[in-house]
Amino acid sequence: MTGGRLVVVGNGMVGQRFVEALRARDHDRRWQVTVLAEEPRPAYDRVRLSAFFDGVSAGELNLHTPDDGVQLRLADPVTGIDRDRRVVTTATGEHPYDALVLATGSYPFVPPVAGTDLPGVFVYRTLDDLEAIREHARGRVTGAVIGGGLLGLEAANALRLLGLRTHVVEFAPRLMPVQVDEAGGAMLRRYVEELGVTTHLGVGTTALRPGPDGAVAALDLSDGGTVDADLVVVAAGIRPRDELARTAGLRLGPRGGVLVDGSCRSDDARIWAVGECAAVDGTCHGLVAPGYAMAEVVADRLLGGAATFPGADSATKLKLLGVDVASFGDAHGTTPGCLDVTFTDPVTRSYAKLVLSDDARTLLGGVLVGDATAYPTLRASVGGPLPAPPLALLAPAGEPGAGVTTLPGAAQVCSCNAVTRDDIDTAIAGGATDVPALKACTRAGTSCGSCVPMLKQLLDAAGVQQSTALCEHFDVSRQELFDIVRVRGIRTFSQLVAEHGRGRGCDVCKPVVASILASLGTGHVLDGEQASLQDTNDHFLANLQRDGSYSVVPRIPGGEITPDKLIVIGEVARDFQLYTKITGGQRIDLFGARVEQLPQIWRRLVDAGFESGHAYGKALRTVKSCVGETWCRYGVQDSVGLAVALELRYRGLRAPHKLKSAVSGCARECAEARSKDFGIIATDTGWNLYLGGNGGFRPRHADLFATDLSTDELITLIDRFLMFYVRTADRLQRTAAWIEAMDGGLDHLRSVIVDDSLGLCAELDAAIARHVTSYSDEWRDVLEDPERLRRFTSFVNAPDVPDPSITFAVERGQPVPTREPLTATGAAPPTGAAASAGAPTRRRQPVALGLPEVRR
Amino acid sequence: MSDTVTLTWTPVCPLDRLEPERGVAALVDGVQVAIFRTDDELFAVDNLDPLSGAYVMSRGIVGSRGGAPTIASPLHKQVYDLRTGLCLDLPGVTLPRYDVRCRDGLVEVRLRQEE
Repeated sequence: MTGGRLVVVGNGMVGQRFVEALRARDHDRRWQVTVLAEEPRPAYDRVRLSAFFDGVSAGELNLHTPDDGVQLRLADPVTGIDRDRRVVTTATGEHPYDALVLATGSYPFVPPVAGTDLPGVFVYRTLDDLEAIREHARGRVTGAVIGGGLLGLEAANALRLLGLRTHVVEFAPRLMPVQVDEAGGAMLRRYVEELGVTTHLGVGTTALRPGPDGAVAALDLSDGGTVDADLVVVAAGIRPRDELARTAGLRLGPRGGVLVDGSCRSDDARIWAVGECAAVDGTCHGLVAPGYAMAEVVADRLLGGAATFPGADSATKLKLLGVDVASFGDAHGTTPGCLDVTFTDPVTRSYAKLVLSDDARTLLGGVLVGDATAYPTLRASVGGPLPAPPLALLAPAGEPGAGVTTLPGAAQVCSCNAVTRDDIDTAIAGGATDVPALKACTRAGTSCGSCVPMLKQLLDAAGVQQSTALCEHFDVSRQELFDIVRVRGIRTFSQLVAEHGRGRGCDVCKPVVASILASLGTGHVLDGEQASLQDTNDHFLANLQRDGSYSVVPRIPGGEITPDKLIVIGEVARDFQLYTKITGGQRIDLFGARVEQLPQIWRRLVDAGFESGHAYGKALRTVKSCVGETWCRYGVQDSVGLAVALELRYRGLRAPHKLKSAVSGCARECAEARSKDFGIIATDTGWNLYLGGNGGFRPRHADLFATDLSTDELITLIDRFLMFYVRTADRLQRTAAWIEAMDGGLDHLRSVIVDDSLGLCAELDAAIARHVTSYSDEWRDVLEDPERLRRFTSFVNAPDVPDPSITFAVERGQPVPTREPLTATGAAPPTGAAASAGAPTRRRQPVALGLPEVRR
Repeated sequence: MSDTVTLTWTPVCPLDRLEPERGVAALVDGVQVAIFRTDDELFAVDNLDPLSGAYVMSRGIVGSRGGAPTIASPLHKQVYDLRTGLCLDLPGVTLPRYDVRCRDGLVEVRLRQEE
């Protein structure tokens, strides 16, 4: 039997994988495949189900690719199997088979407890379940999860992120009883409870009780206690969907499931079972990896192969509620005579256990909680000798470097206001406990603000506990705010501040939220309420200058520009009488534009094929390049080509701070890539990637992150680096400070974006892909929309009158803002006694030395 | 221009021309006025940023500090109380205020001299 009509029941992850495995091998199309599915959606990634709460759409979780050799019938559940006639029936008809593969999966086990049918009680299995949970959580206060296993903790995290005070009720005396031992469970519980999740261990749920509105309101526990809960998720385990097999008279496993042998064949030679519904030699497997292995076995067998199920690797590593948990091999030490080595560190709050053979030479398994960095090494070593002494394997990684604390006392922290580290330390000693207090008593950080992160670090260094609150309107940090917006799908500031903050917002939190919304791709930055959140630069899509005029920077990707485009820029500058300067990022900045001129200037530039350069945004600015191997006799790679590609890929990506990049075509490094947030330097065989550099206030060279990458590998790493930064950095924290502040520094970053230690990479990749496909030019979008254009007027009651305060003098043949004479004290307040307590005095130094004579 | 005293109300624009929580600039008898609309109130102050000397206040971010409605200078972010004009970051600095009201859907401004 290696051909004919094949019917597959179920289009879940394993069913889908089976069909793909079969089609990949069945080159002669010996099997005609029909898939009968119960859900109305084709196969999706159920393992990443919780990513749905992270804003990942149902479409992005899709696993199904259409195949013209496969007939897929959705929402057409099978009602019976007639083994004698070799036919399966559905509500719509009959499907004859020569071979039948059951991939019906499992269903959530709901304990036989009164009240599980109440409104507000959910399981955590399908996208529809998650949608319903999110809907029901709206406006509700408390939630409970029945079950403290893997899925239960995942559901608990979802409830917590949805804003519910969350309880977990687990019948076993510890969390994750299957994977983790008692001590590991205790450590896990500490973490979980610190996050505000209340755990009830060693108790069962005896009933769910409704409130006055008829929906669930409380749980009764077996110890006599009760837990209030407006929403309950039942995550008490899964059971195989074996009812079709049962009624068809197939043999079942001792604890349910279609009994199959090592070839995944049931006691009917024409019927096979794969995935969670199959009991291979009597054992069901609830993870996807063994299911995939079964799918491969059956695909092979149906084409005449002799594959057998290799056994399941139940190793698990995951991040639950922000805690790393890993379990592998014989985690519970059931091997006779085995030895335990355990390690508990209350300081780093990590727990580890290794299970060794009786001679202490062979690693059998283990449990890690809190720090799972050793997991890949350990898992790979199961069954073999230990790669190092146990404690060396388990000891946590070293602390990251010292940073700002090494600054000498006389060093200027705020160069705008000439404030030294000693001044700051004195203020801290005098009782300043936060950044606003430091600003008030030293003036540090009150001008350009770039030293504010250093002020925070100095407070840290002095041992002052600081709030992570963004400002008086939000008690949470930028990262937490990002998660709230992302997970709950909030799209307006007013909703966010009403539900999670207080007051009206301010010039700190509004631009942060504007940036978060823009990073999540929620439409044009000037649409609706978002417009009112933007800093003036983002509001006018141009850079505010000291006299109230703006500068305009069109994008010139990689610094490469045609003569024709260069001429257009010259013509625009000439016609609008703009001061013109080449920037440090290989672009051209046009200064002195009045608000009402901006759209006219953009129109000319856009018509010539330019777009916004985002010089005004906390976004990717420029990817600078040297000329590279195209021309340079030393160049080894096409640095300009890569710079152009990178700039176009990440253009417009809103971030906590500006982002700069550069590509050098050889090790001579003419593009100064190491002074950038992400710099790339060509090698003979590929690219070296450097991360975390910047010029500016505290110059820092980027650190080498990865070497000799192919272009594809390089792009993947930069994608993840950028999106991880966008999601987790503080407000106005550049990549260097972000990496320095990270627990574990560059090594941690590497584990996240290379080894996927947080399981985030797929999400980060998807988020960047969304950014790339949804990009559109902000200037053009304004020009095409009269509503947006209306903002670009000088005076609401006199739109034809240009701002009379903007006037120009001429310096070196170009217009510059009119200034007070050089002898005056700097930025003197121009009018009125009200301004007399203005900025500190400073002296502008004359720079004209007299032009040298040119000899002809 | 600060000598100008007008005791009459000057209509400036329809109320719906003002976006909530954002400002516009208007020219009233030669004086640049920054007008802001919050949820329930209108405010008018001088468009001149007293610290930088640039006419930019209308382009700042509206917010609140401890219950007071505020405007932040878009240049260097000093925050002013919209009700009093007092700078909340630097003592002694004040933003001149003007009267503003809404009549028949029209926003009107009246210049007056600070005492």
